[in-house]
Amino acid sequence: MPAAPSITYIDAIRDAQRDLLAEHPEVFVYGQDVGKFGGAFKATQGLQEAFPSQVYDSPISEDAMIGLAIGAAIEGMHPIVEMQFADFSSVAFNQIVNQAATHYYRTGVPIPLTVRMPCGGTPGSGPFHSQMVESIYSHYPGLVVVTPATVADAYCLLKEAVLAKDPVIYCEHKFLYRWLKAENYRGDDLPIGKARITRPGKHATVVTYSAMVHEAVRAADRLSEEGWEIEVVDLRTVKPLDTDTVMASVARTGRLLALGEAFPWGGVTAEVVARVVQDGFHLLDAPPQRLNSRDTPVPYHPNLWAAHRPTPESICDKLRQLLTL
Amino acid sequence: MPENSEHVRLVYRQMVMSRVMEMKLSSLYKAGKIVGGVYLGKGQEAISASLGSCLQRGQDVFAPLIRDQAGRIAFGESLLDTTRTYLGSALGPMRGRDGNIHRGRPLEGNPAMISHLGTSLSVVTGMLFAKRMKGELAGKVGATCIGDGGTSTGAFHEGLNTAAVEKLPLVVLVANNQFAYSTPNDRQFACDNLLDKAIGYGVAGHYVEGSDFLASVETLCHAVEQARQGGGPQLVVADLLRLNGHGEHDDGAYVPDQIRHSKLGRDCLDVGREQLVSTQLATEEEIDRWWEEAREEVQQAVTTAQMEPKPDPYKEEWSALANQDYRNRPV
Repeated sequence: MPAAPSITYIDAIRDAQRDLLAEHPEVFVYGQDVGKFGGAFKATQGLQEAFPSQVYDSPISEDAMIGLAIGAAIEGMHPIVEMQFADFSSVAFNQIVNQAATHYYRTGVPIPLTVRMPCGGTPGSGPFHSQMVESIYSHYPGLVVVTPATVADAYCLLKEAVLAKDPVIYCEHKFLYRWLKAENYRGDDLPIGKARITRPGKHATVVTYSAMVHEAVRAADRLSEEGWEIEVVDLRTVKPLDTDTVMASVARTGRLLALGEAFPWGGVTAEVVARVVQDGFHLLDAPPQRLNSRDTPVPYHPNLWAAHRPTPESICDKLRQLLTL
Repeated sequence: MPENSEHVRLVYRQMVMSRVMEMKLSSLYKAGKIVGGVYLGKGQEAISASLGSCLQRGQDVFAPLIRDQAGRIAFGESLLDTTRTYLGSALGPMRGRDGNIHRGRPLEGNPAMISHLGTSLSVVTGMLFAKRMKGELAGKVGATCIGDGGTSTGAFHEGLNTAAVEKLPLVVLVANNQFAYSTPNDRQFACDNLLDKAIGYGVAGHYVEGSDFLASVETLCHAVEQARQGGGPQLVVADLLRLNGHGEHDDGAYVPDQIRHSKLGRDCLDVGREQLVSTQLATEEEIDRWWEEAREEVQQAVTTAQMEPKPDPYKEEWSALANQDYRNRPV
């Protein structure tokens, strides 16, 4: 009898860091409480003990944390900075978008920096511990933005991110940390920049990423009971964005729903729709649709939080509307 | 003659070179030959060159700010790097992708500044942090410059605090030139003296009158040496006045005459000349010759850069990513 899946999404993040630290002396982990304490979410638990010269606690100084990592990267190191919550990266925004992101273009010297961003909401987390940041960082040239939705992707995307030459914003969804489990890290090892068809279908395509992949699959399961076959595309990387896979899927289904958990103005879902309309207008049988969070700060109370982000119900509603257009 | 006399003479020559370069840059700007801005360090050469001259290129780190032409020269930046960047030569280190004071060679320990003040403190701290991880830190120093206005930023605070926590050999030179663009000190900070901040951060503090050439050499070299010997971060505060506007577009009319004519408003090149001659470290004739040599070298660097190709938008690699795999994918 096969063992029950027991490896969680956060295990994958921790073990990817462990393997990187063991195999690459130029890799180090820097962030608030990441040392002996093991991080606010325990994503670095045991790492300082195993690699005392490669894991360091930082002061509560997000700007300086990224600045320090950029300096270290100039010196050839491959720093992993843990933002305690992705929301707090707004304090480091300047160093990320103006220093790290512009550096290679300006000077020819790459910045192999990875910023781990624990993002997305969990019930009760409220406006400042729940935000999605992939859209805002994707706007800037010089950054790569990845959004793993599976245990295997959490592992392989982090490994590729840290070894890559460019600054990578690694968006790890907190809701998946302990809920999402797998038997192992073995996946298809798709590289950064390649999307995956999570669930094949023929009546409509949902293009999504991160935790919303799972909500989309739930919605697709429900609609299959009504006879609809919904294809779910997991972008995995929102920048660079795998337009080819998206376009090929829309060519098969003729209908597109772009789904994300970020705020609705602009962002990844708008980018997906814009590209499909621009390059694949002739493939579409209906106007493409978008579904995002609501246009308010992320609310605290679980009742409000659950209705702020897309849910299987709201995704089903949107898809039914799309299928009848 | 004091034992460091050769060093003192060298610093002064670097100051002269810087002043000549900056006068030339100003002329080129006013003649419409330089696009964007020109930000000069007239009056700040003594502290800037003193700091740069105590650092070793390829070993130490130096992250200058906008008024550090003298420090850049002292740290071994070629005049061509300056003129190529200002004049937009495709052969310069920034290749037309960035201009004027936003230049550097990070792999030679000379990061290229961004415009956001205070950000270099943590970057230099990170370079030192990495050197320590690699076991290469012994005897090395990192230095960066900022103004009175820059000390008000969060980045300054976070960077200096982080360097202090890590006890890294970071030298921060604060050129208190009394005005941040047009804003005077009393609208910038409320402490009696910026040097008091050293106590708060738990770092060593040094003070110097920035127009006093010999005192600047002595103070900056002492601070750098303290850091080199393991004394942790050093905060050096220099009081002075910039003897030009914020940029060459600005006449600095907001600076009261009273301050201009005070001791703060002295020109460190005049003070230095007097000091060199009176202490017999150099003769008037020698110093005149240094100016003449500087004019020739600067003119050569300008002429060379002016004849060079400009960046070509049709040949530009329009990608901000280093990784070839990612570059080849659609954005």
